[in-house]
Amino acid sequence: MATSSETPTISLREAADLLGGDALFLDVREQGEWDLGHVPDAVHIPLGLMEDRVADELPDREREVVVYCAHGRRSLAALATLRALGYERSRHLTDGFEEWEKSGFPVVVPSTLEPDQRRRYSRHLLIPELGEAGQRRLLEARVLLIGAGGLGSPASLYLAAAGIGTLGIVDDDVVDESNLQRQIAHSTHRLGDPKVESARDTLTALNPDVKVKAFNERLSSENIDRILAEGWDVIVDGADNFPTRYLVNDASVWHGIPVVHGSIYRFDGQATVFQPGAGPCYRCLFPTPPPPELAPSCAEGGVLGVLPGVIGSLQANEAIKLVAGIGDPLVGRLLLFDALSATFTEVALRRDPDCPVCGEHPTVTEYIDYAEFCAAR
Amino acid sequence: MSVIRIPPTLREDTGGEREVIAEGDTVRDLLDDLRTRFPTIDAKLEYANVYVGGEDIRTRDGFETTVTPGDTVILLPAMAGGS
Repeated sequence: MATSSETPTISLREAADLLGGDALFLDVREQGEWDLGHVPDAVHIPLGLMEDRVADELPDREREVVVYCAHGRRSLAALATLRALGYERSRHLTDGFEEWEKSGFPVVVPSTLEPDQRRRYSRHLLIPELGEAGQRRLLEARVLLIGAGGLGSPASLYLAAAGIGTLGIVDDDVVDESNLQRQIAHSTHRLGDPKVESARDTLTALNPDVKVKAFNERLSSENIDRILAEGWDVIVDGADNFPTRYLVNDASVWHGIPVVHGSIYRFDGQATVFQPGAGPCYRCLFPTPPPPELAPSCAEGGVLGVLPGVIGSLQANEAIKLVAGIGDPLVGRLLLFDALSATFTEVALRRDPDCPVCGEHPTVTEYIDYAEFCAAR
Repeated sequence: MSVIRIPPTLREDTGGEREVIAEGDTVRDLLDDLRTRFPTIDAKLEYANVYVGGEDIRTRDGFETTVTPGDTVILLPAMAGGS
């Protein structure tokens, strides 16, 4: 029988030689550390739970045990507990797991994705910038779509396919025949149905991982705070009128939620990201809506059916980047797309210190319900 | 001589032209030239942002921003459509 005078430490190399044998590796770090990676086949008992759980997890006190933590301090405390409980053949890894990992010894990262999710999102998991951690962020994300129309259709389809965990959709409209030339979340057999219900069925059929929260109501100063209070990481603005654009902007500044903005007209589209604090807001660009007589009539204007597909997809791209925390979002940049010449042009957007909402001395401090003057129905 | 790119919502005022060649050394001169030839565009210009070389003229010298031959001037009125 081993005695307590036997050296209680073990080096990285010696420990690695024990992998795959009878020795048991015991990880005493916290859950969040364990989740990021651990020694293959290790048993996990956080240091604070050692005395409660070690007898159940390690019934054989004669077994060789290698206990480790991040840097070798907690494992030293755990070693004292183990030896006091009679685990005479326990040793601790003095260099700790961080050195183990840096030295290139085997590490496994426990998966929190279900097997069917690993298959569904396999093409995301293969991208180093996303991987499992990125996919988990998408699955935990909450994105609110304003409008389930031309822009909202492609944006919501791609966000659902990507596995955004919760999608909110605000729209009070019903599916009309004239929508189907471009609003690809809806189908001929849904004519007359509320768009939020039609979209919810399409999106959950595409991906059952996605929870769709439907708001079958028109966004107004009365309901916007209630809807935003449900907590959203990103707003995708695909509204079809100026009053809603300004409501969404002012609310996003006050609630501190980034807005992925898109708009379309005939062959021309534009997209940008308004991120409160980091860049300009919509009112930095256009402090007030144009007077009704000068505003283009959306209904008369028309739109090429594929155009919202381009712009809405760009919006989904920006929303995914914001949620995953990757890449350079379109903050302070407005991307203009001309479908006829097939060209993208970028212009710089700057924060306006005199902006009536996000400027140094704001003059707009409560919601304004501008008169409706562009109902694209 | 510079190219002014006409946004779709102002094209009815330029007879459908997507780009107009205008004369002038500053944004003000160019827009005056535009107004003279297409008078109905005047009221709408007030609500359009103007970009020269991809930069908002408000961050440069406003309407006195100089425009060199070959520069493209972009007019950008607010667009709300998303449906």
